[in-house]
Amino acid sequence: MASIPFSRPEPLAPPPALSLARIPWVPIVLTTIALTYLALFLFVPLAAVFHEALKKGWGVYLAAIADPDAWSAIKLTLLAAVIAVPLNLVFGVAAAWAIAKFDFRGKNLLITLIDLPFSVSPVISGLIYVLIFGLQGWLGPWLAAHDLKIIFAVPGIVLATLFVTFPFVARELIPLMQAQGREEEEAAAVLGASGWQTLWRVTLPNVKWGLLYGVILCNARAMGEFGAVSVVSGHIRGLTNTLPLHIEIVYNEYQFAAAFACASLLALLALVTLALKTLVEARAHKEYSR
Amino acid sequence: MATLRRHSVLPGFNLALGFTLLYLSLIVLIPLSAAFIKTFTLTWDAFWAHVSAPRVVASYQLTFGASLAAAAINAVFGLLVAWVLVRYRFPGRRLVDALVDLPFALPTAVAGIALTALYAGNGWLGEPLAKLGIKVAFTPLGVMVALTFIGLPFVVRTVQPVLEDLEKELEEAAQSLGATAWQTFSRVIFPALLPALLTGFTLAFARAVGEYGSVIFIAGNMPMLSEITPLTIITKLEQYDYAGATAVAVVMLVTSFALLLAINLLQAWMRRRQGQR
Repeated sequence: MASIPFSRPEPLAPPPALSLARIPWVPIVLTTIALTYLALFLFVPLAAVFHEALKKGWGVYLAAIADPDAWSAIKLTLLAAVIAVPLNLVFGVAAAWAIAKFDFRGKNLLITLIDLPFSVSPVISGLIYVLIFGLQGWLGPWLAAHDLKIIFAVPGIVLATLFVTFPFVARELIPLMQAQGREEEEAAAVLGASGWQTLWRVTLPNVKWGLLYGVILCNARAMGEFGAVSVVSGHIRGLTNTLPLHIEIVYNEYQFAAAFACASLLALLALVTLALKTLVEARAHKEYSR
Repeated sequence: MATLRRHSVLPGFNLALGFTLLYLSLIVLIPLSAAFIKTFTLTWDAFWAHVSAPRVVASYQLTFGASLAAAAINAVFGLLVAWVLVRYRFPGRRLVDALVDLPFALPTAVAGIALTALYAGNGWLGEPLAKLGIKVAFTPLGVMVALTFIGLPFVVRTVQPVLEDLEKELEEAAQSLGATAWQTFSRVIFPALLPALLTGFTLAFARAVGEYGSVIFIAGNMPMLSEITPLTIITKLEQYDYAGATAVAVVMLVTSFALLLAINLLQAWMRRRQGQR
């Protein structure tokens, strides 16, 4: 083999983006199948919402949104989110502080329990509050005697929303704060910062993107929840209908254009949520990978 | 609480953990235990009669069957989508990547009416399918379509990061040893993705089993035929059959907790696998 001249090997070409790329039609076929699947199950349904909403023109669209029942539904949806998101935000920070900054027994069990609401069917999330606060429930007779209404009223809707959005902020913050460690907080404490100062000046600025990410997802779910809220709402028009419930009622009355007009508002909310989420992810990636 | 934890210079442990446990108990644990306590007031025979009634059993078959089918579809196509998003470059890739999460962000009721409009006899997709003799809306097939929609992101989002971290050297080594492209995929890449794929499958399945909002519009909700289990709970509630509703709910809850346990075990397996490399 000495006859082969000993030469520098050719500089290695960058590895092919994919091993299958050597067969030229494979990437094209796979990409086409993947995009067709996504088109059928994601893009076409999304487009259908706006198409159906505007089918009968802008007049019908605007009238459907300006309807007083739709307005009260929008207001109730916002109210539920305005209460549920901050409460679950405070909970998320407290839980993450306890779990990430301290060692204690039962930590893994606690993390599992925090995630529990995600694995419960929305219908059951509503049912459990009916069992407690409903007329036949544990506290039902007492509430009735004091003329307090929770089920089929706004407090029930807020409770159901709290339950289904419970883990969002905590599950973003816990792994993030665990990964960031305790050194910075310990340094602040040694230098004489109080607990609140450490939280406000050190911890929260460090996790702000993760926090925002959790809040965005929490808010989207709070405004869009259907099953849990449906069980506790009682569907009283103008009083206990959130926007998703209003859509169901209008849809079942065969006012399809009106139902889709209201649905398009929630679809826009979903698109804004995705845009913000992508933005926050990019910022967080930049910051945390530094 | 001091015996529970090691000493730390940081303050606020008692306050943070105390608030966490109080809030967790009030919002989640006590309400959830209400379902179990309510069920314990039933005799075993009464409980069994509620959860094994023919209409309820038919709803389990539909719910679990359609959820399994939807999760399987998402496992296959989710793996494909993750592969395409990680390994190929095409115009609009970042937009497509962001939109994969749409089912997480879109309220289920909106998804439900949109899919119904699409797959109804006069819809964009329903009309051509009807000509082929396939009815989707208001049949069990419609239930599967809705469950496929809401489970779509799970497999993509669990497989994607693992695929991104996969070392190219392994594939190059396999190929330099003479493996074909298919052998490289089936013997090297796929085994590395399997824990993530199974986790995504189970997550999609668990989500589908409890799903309500996106299904009830497209299902038709015929008892014995196209009625999902969450809907039977609602139907019982509307008839003031609280005991029956709770009994079925407890069956669902126990199933969900078993799935949650399976997911935790799968994720532990996934972490061990990734830790090895």
